[in-house]
Amino acid sequence: MKFRLKVEVGLKPGHSDPEGETTARLLRELGYRVERVNVSKVYTVFLEANSRDEALAKANEMCRRLLANPTKDNYTIIVEEEK
Amino acid sequence: MKREEIRVCILRVGGTNCDAETQTAFEALGVQAEILHANEVVKRRNLMEYDALVFPGGFSFGDYVRAGAIWAKWLIAKLGKELKAFVDEGRPILGICNGFQVLVEAGLLPAFEGISTYPEAALATNHPPGYNCRWVYLKHENHGKCAFTFKIPREKVLRMPVAHAEGRFLFPKEKEKQFLRRLYENDQLVFRYCDKNGNYANGVYPINPNGSFHDIAGICNPEGTVFGLMPHPERAFYWWQQPDWTRQTLMPFYGDGNLIFESMIEYLEKKF
Repeated sequence: MKFRLKVEVGLKPGHSDPEGETTARLLRELGYRVERVNVSKVYTVFLEANSRDEALAKANEMCRRLLANPTKDNYTIIVEEEK
Repeated sequence: MKREEIRVCILRVGGTNCDAETQTAFEALGVQAEILHANEVVKRRNLMEYDALVFPGGFSFGDYVRAGAIWAKWLIAKLGKELKAFVDEGRPILGICNGFQVLVEAGLLPAFEGISTYPEAALATNHPPGYNCRWVYLKHENHGKCAFTFKIPREKVLRMPVAHAEGRFLFPKEKEKQFLRRLYENDQLVFRYCDKNGNYANGVYPINPNGSFHDIAGICNPEGTVFGLMPHPERAFYWWQQPDWTRQTLMPFYGDGNLIFESMIEYLEKKF
């Protein structure tokens, strides 16, 4: 089966987000009443697996091994079946 | 080991820089230094022929994912065994700038319990944000364990340039105090950002150029043989590399960066 994984990697709460702060500042200057901006990265991974569970397990492994640094990053994974 | 027998391997991949400057520094001190592409080392399986290993600065693999992450995971997958043997035998490994990021991402630093599977620290986006390329002051904090700085008196203030956008050293928030204590207990803290007179930056920009936790600029492993730092010692090797050298009264031959290379070479001469 083919799956599409949406992996979003963002900062854990408590860590400062200089990119987000800079973006928020400019949005405010453009006239928006923005309280805060958090920046995260989204990886769309296409892969084959035998089941949805296996695809999810693989995605978790990818995050631990490469996509996220546990010191500062949180991640969320959405698994979608590809038609 | 005689100085002229020492062989240093400077690893290179797409996006690394200052490998030539590092080679020049070693050669000027009478040591053999070769720049090798990492693929070449994997193909020839010859890493163990070298006495020391250097990861230079730059933007390996375009800094994609996180600075240093891709090269680090690639190294562990392709040269993990050799790297472990290198560390176990006490052969020195130096990571400069991007090289420091690689060593942290690969788990070779801080390596409280040996090489860690997952990184125990991070070098995050500078705060305030932006690429910083300028000279900074560093205070030497190590008590003599670090093979790369044992020739430098403790609390000596050194001058070197930084050039990075992701150099904010971080520990996990919940383990910050615990890990910092361990750095002190194991004598792993090597350089902290300070001002000209040696006063710590206390996180304040621009003395601390990136918002690093505890003003950390460089650390070593518990054995003192793996060392990573954000500033570039090879860009401060000769005195005349300093931007204001013509206006200074003292004119020594070498700059502060030389001390790092000299220490490493003397460590190898004594130990092997």
